[in-house]
Amino acid sequence: MGYLFPFLIFAFLVFLIGISMLIGNKILSIKRPHGEKLIPYECGMDPSGDTKVPFKIKFYLIALIFLVFDVEVVFIYPWAVVFKELSWFGFVEILIFVVLLFAAYLYAWSEGALQWE
Amino acid sequence: MDFNSLYIILSALVLFLLAMFHVAYLTYAERKIIARMQQRLGPNRVGPRGILQPIADVLKLIQKEDIIHPGVDKPVFVMAPLISLVCAASGLAFIPLWENFVLSNLNVGLLFILALSSLSAYGVILSGWASNSRYSFLGALRASAQVISYEIAMSLSLLSVVLMAGSFNLQDIVKAQLSTPYKVYLIPQIVAFFVFMVSALAETNRVPFDLPEAETELVAGYFTEYSGIRFALFYLAEYFGMIVMSALAVTCFLGGYAGPFEIPGIPFFWFLIKIYAFLFFYIWVRATLPRYRYDQLMGLGWKVLIPLSLLNLLVTAFIKLLI
Repeated sequence: MGYLFPFLIFAFLVFLIGISMLIGNKILSIKRPHGEKLIPYECGMDPSGDTKVPFKIKFYLIALIFLVFDVEVVFIYPWAVVFKELSWFGFVEILIFVVLLFAAYLYAWSEGALQWE
Repeated sequence: MDFNSLYIILSALVLFLLAMFHVAYLTYAERKIIARMQQRLGPNRVGPRGILQPIADVLKLIQKEDIIHPGVDKPVFVMAPLISLVCAASGLAFIPLWENFVLSNLNVGLLFILALSSLSAYGVILSGWASNSRYSFLGALRASAQVISYEIAMSLSLLSVVLMAGSFNLQDIVKAQLSTPYKVYLIPQIVAFFVFMVSALAETNRVPFDLPEAETELVAGYFTEYSGIRFALFYLAEYFGMIVMSALAVTCFLGGYAGPFEIPGIPFFWFLIKIYAFLFFYIWVRATLPRYRYDQLMGLGWKVLIPLSLLNLLVTAFIKLLI
C-alpha cells in the first residue's frame, strides 16, 4: 500500500462520480422505448448483415510491431534511471541494442508493414 | 480511521473537486474560445455570459433517455465508459501540484501514468466491440491502432526527460529541472517536447488527430451507440485526458509548480497558469487545423516521431556523458 493508497482513493472517487451519474440517469431519465429507436445507428438505413466485418490485416501488423517496440521501451526504462552509474558502458550497450532494433525497424519498413494506402 | 488516512482522503477529495471543476469549465472555455475564433458568441443564455452552461449540460444529459439496443454485449457496453473515465482521470493523482502537495508520491509515478494511458485503449476497443455497430467497430479499430502507435513515441520522448532527471518520480523530475541553469527542460529537450505534444494530441484523440471520431465519415466513432449520460462519461474521459496530458507536459518540460516569483495565498498559481496555457493550445489547435488523413497519421507516428525520439534519446545520453 503506502504511496498507492491515495491513488486508489482518487481512482475510487472518479469511479464513484461515474456510477452516481449513471444512477442519477436511471432515476431521472424518461423511458419511452420504441422499436425504431432500438436499432443500431446506420444513418437511417436498416442495418443489414453481420456487424463484425472483416478488417485489414494491417491492424494486426501494427499490433505486432507495437509489441516489439513496447518491449524495447520497457528495456530502456531501467537503463534511463541508472544511466549515471553505467556511464560509457551503458551508452555503448544501449547503442548496440538500439542499432539492432533499428535494423529490424528498417526491415519492417522495407517489407511494407508501415505503408498505409 | 487514524488522522493520516483521513488527511489523505480529504486531499484526494480536494484534488478531485478541483479536477471536476476544471473539466466542467474546460468544456465551457472550449465552446467560448472556439466561438470567438469563428466570430460567433458561443453559449450566452444560461447565467451571465453563459457561465452556468456546464451545469445545465450535466442536468440535461442526466435526464436523457438511455438507449441500449438489444444487439449489444451489455456488461461490456456498460463497463467501457467507466474504464475509459477511471483510466483517463486517475493519472492526476501522481502530478505534483505544489512543493508540498502531491497526492501519491510514487517512485514510478511517470511509469504509472503511461500505463494508465495505455489502459484507456481498453475502454475504446471494448466500447467499439460491444456496441455491435459498424461505425463503432471501425472507430474502435482506428482508435486503438492510433493510440498504441503514438504511445511509443510518447514514452520515448518522456524517457529522455527521465534520463536527464534520473528518476521516474515526478516530484524528483521537477526538482531536477529547478537545479538546471534554465530551470526548465523545454530548452534542452525541445525535440522531445515537440514529439510529446504531437503524441499527446493523438493520445487524447483531439483535432487534428481525431480520426476515431471523425464525424464526417464515422458518425462519432467508437461511441456512436452511446446516448445520454454514457456519452457524457466518454466526454468527461476525453477532457480529463487533456488535463492529465497538460499536467504531464507542465511537470516534465515546464518546471511544474515553480514560477519566476512567489504568489502569496495561491499555492497552485503558476501550475494552473501553465496548465491553462496548454489547454488553450489544445483548443486553439482544434479551431485552426483540419483533420489528418489516416495513412498520414500512421506515417507521421511510425516514420517521423519514433525515429526522431529514439535519436533524441541517444543524443541526450551522449551529451549527458560529455558534460
